[in-house]
Amino acid sequence: MARKSHVQTTINGETVEFLCESRQSLLEVLRDELYLTGAKEGCNNGNCGACSVILDGRLVNSCLVLGVETEGKSVETIEGLAEPDKLHPIQDAFLENAALQCGICTPGFIMSAKALLDSNPNPTEHEIRYWLAGNLCRCTGYDKIVKAVMDAAKEASA
Amino acid sequence: MAEKKEYKVIGTRPIRHDGVDKVTGRALYGADFQMTGLLHGRVLRSPHAHARIISIDTSRAEAYPGVKGVVTAQDLPEAEDRVADLGEGAVNLKYLCDNILASDKVLYKGHAVAAVAATSPHIAEEACTLIDVEYEVLPPVLEVRQAMEADAPLLHESLKTTSMGEAADEPSNVASHIQHKLGDPEKGFAEADIVVERDFVTGTVHQGYIEPHNATAHFNQDGQLTIWCSTQGAFTVREQVAEILQYPISKIKVVPMEIGGGFGGKISVYIKPVAALLAKKTGKPVKVLMNRADVFEGTGPTPASYVRVKMGATKDGKITAAEAYLAFEAGAYPGAPVGPGAMCIFAPYSIENVVIDGYDVVVNKPKTAPYRAPGAPNAAFGSESVVDEIAEKLDIDPLEIRLLNGAKEGDRRADGPIHPRIGCIETLETAKAHPHYTAPNGKKHHGRGVASGYWFNIGLESSVTINVNSDGTINLIEGSTDIGGTRSSIAMQAAEVLGIPAESVNPSVVDTNSVGYTAVTGGSRTTYATGYAAYEAAQDVKRKMSARAAKLWEVDEDNVQFADGEFSCINGKEEQISFRDLCARLGETGGPVVGSGTVNPGGAGGAYATHVVDVAVDEETGKVEILRYTAVQDAGKAIHPSYVEGQIQGGAVQGIGWALNEEYIYDDEGTMTNASFLDYRMPTCLDLPMIDAVIVEVPNPGHPYGVRGVGEVPIVPPMAAIANAIYDAIGVRMTELPMSPDRLLKAMGKI
Repeated sequence: MARKSHVQTTINGETVEFLCESRQSLLEVLRDELYLTGAKEGCNNGNCGACSVILDGRLVNSCLVLGVETEGKSVETIEGLAEPDKLHPIQDAFLENAALQCGICTPGFIMSAKALLDSNPNPTEHEIRYWLAGNLCRCTGYDKIVKAVMDAAKEASA
Repeated sequence: MAEKKEYKVIGTRPIRHDGVDKVTGRALYGADFQMTGLLHGRVLRSPHAHARIISIDTSRAEAYPGVKGVVTAQDLPEAEDRVADLGEGAVNLKYLCDNILASDKVLYKGHAVAAVAATSPHIAEEACTLIDVEYEVLPPVLEVRQAMEADAPLLHESLKTTSMGEAADEPSNVASHIQHKLGDPEKGFAEADIVVERDFVTGTVHQGYIEPHNATAHFNQDGQLTIWCSTQGAFTVREQVAEILQYPISKIKVVPMEIGGGFGGKISVYIKPVAALLAKKTGKPVKVLMNRADVFEGTGPTPASYVRVKMGATKDGKITAAEAYLAFEAGAYPGAPVGPGAMCIFAPYSIENVVIDGYDVVVNKPKTAPYRAPGAPNAAFGSESVVDEIAEKLDIDPLEIRLLNGAKEGDRRADGPIHPRIGCIETLETAKAHPHYTAPNGKKHHGRGVASGYWFNIGLESSVTINVNSDGTINLIEGSTDIGGTRSSIAMQAAEVLGIPAESVNPSVVDTNSVGYTAVTGGSRTTYATGYAAYEAAQDVKRKMSARAAKLWEVDEDNVQFADGEFSCINGKEEQISFRDLCARLGETGGPVVGSGTVNPGGAGGAYATHVVDVAVDEETGKVEILRYTAVQDAGKAIHPSYVEGQIQGGAVQGIGWALNEEYIYDDEGTMTNASFLDYRMPTCLDLPMIDAVIVEVPNPGHPYGVRGVGEVPIVPPMAAIANAIYDAIGVRMTELPMSPDRLLKAMGKI
């Protein structure tokens, strides 16, 4: 069996240590080693965006990042988004807009939308569609997702 | 019997009950399941589309460090060659078992051959490459018309065509031939002033759910088997696994985890029995996951098809006759949805003379599975294109010709049933009155198209239990896995009965040991049938609570009435108590109240949809852009309108993908060359405009609140609507799906 490496990183603001094989992706580490199963595997090759997390401020597909690459870095996942007594405005907007059906793509879309609004607080509909094109949803036809992100942006700038 | 009244809960848009779990990443889907001592399973799949298995040697894999067990078809009990009803129609058990793990032949690339359980998924994957399988490669047959030819390679030596009940003598790839006939088609065509006949071809497409299949199984020492999985129907998993493993259903518990999309594709089992075999062999819990290529290559897509449609009409637009020939690819084993295609193809019309022939044909592709209104989109692409052509040739507005011939209550469908109250005309009128239909659209290479669609919807069995809490809330126990907000649409129906807010219902989807039998979340039945069961369970609670009020007031039960959340006494006594206050007094009046409802309703009520689409065709690249999309649909009664709109929008967009991009692309050896999301290319949000979903409500007399199924019909019209819009834009009739840029360029004579 392949030898494991010791990695220290920050996840959702907390210092975390884990052991992983060099070949394990960040997605595998999050899900199988740390039991943070909010990031989902839809394709394992960067096509679907269901595993989206934010790494040092940048949106990534966690299936395309190796666990060992996160040494000394900071990872934000869906589990860290809400406050103890309050959802993040994007999460609220998804619920208010009924922007999910099965919900498997939802964590990825919300992380992707967060990365968008962090860098562009007032996106146009086209900018939202362009940004979210890396996240696949098969249930909703995207209509309500795009509206939710538009609403969340409006809410934040109000 | 449908009530026409103002509702307090129904028709509102509460936050869905499982919403917070799903936006915080806390909801547990099948692959999220963890357990101490878990092993990981992977499946070895055939590299050939058609081959005989000469031998399988698992010894090198078994010896690989970390491997705990390997299974092949040898580990399955010998299957009987008999047909059983397993919750999704009749299934031949031999075929069902052979699709789980191939025994003598592999019939498509991706066909499961063996499986490994190991201490990590990577070790299991590596060990799969150490299984030595010797094949005798056979020529594949990959297209329905070729498979029907007399000298085509045969998939099953024992398969003989059943034609309208009679079996043929010679083996064939044609599993069955059905025919529906109404009136005198010959006479009808003779009466026509214009006859249009065209051939259509559609590609193999996949449901494309984002969550791959998954299953974790564990055998206890006492023989109890538990399976945690994503499925559209826990009870059908229990039935299928029981038949495949020849194991009693009483010893199998299926725990439905959250499910990441299904669309019909998560009814058949694939890896669930494999996980159970591996668990049995290793004595440990085993989790088996598919990767995306496994999903494309090893699970049911929906058929490619060849469709021929001929329709005749008089000069003033009256359709006098219609004829259809539907040949559907079943994939490796019989069971293409040609029956439903035949039921739906001419259902938007009142036509006196109809003949429909349908053929279920095996080819060397994965066994097809239901996909949203299975069979109907393939068929409607043909019929709705031909209706458009007739309208154009007669210079009649395409919605006018549909209104002129539109199906109404009392009309007979070609396959027999007489329509009850339906909303075909109402959806057409709504589409015609929509501003989209009259908006200017005159630019060069821009076009507008319309098409209609029908899906019959189903009922089937559902069970609901309601436990009343002392604080005036209820816990609602159901067996329908929630794929698109049905916890809420079911809970809201119980809330309406009891006069409590939607938020006072706590719905739970539970395992097969904890609720009465409930059929699959499919056939657009969940809000209709499980909602109906919730209505009945709430009525039961109401009756029992009335009895408690009578006890408190020392009057006969007949003297208690319930309205607007209040029980009151009608025998002159001035007594009144709210549902909530009475809930606090159950202990003193006889103990807890539990209500139950079980149904198997017959009146599902068919659904109609009419879509209007504007497209722009890029003359240089052949790319079709969707500029505007309006989808009108009869929902009967929309319980939670947001999630009804969501079904309409999602179905329309799947149809857009089917129309423009999606298809399995095969090489000559039968290998799918685009088995990834990147290459299969489903629509992204950048490919689309907003989808305007318009709900029409023609109450279904077969449901207490008038509900009709809404999930499936929205995928029926898009392909023809877009083809008709492309014709309007460039004057070319597209008859092959998908209408991808290369096909457009060919059609325009550019390449």
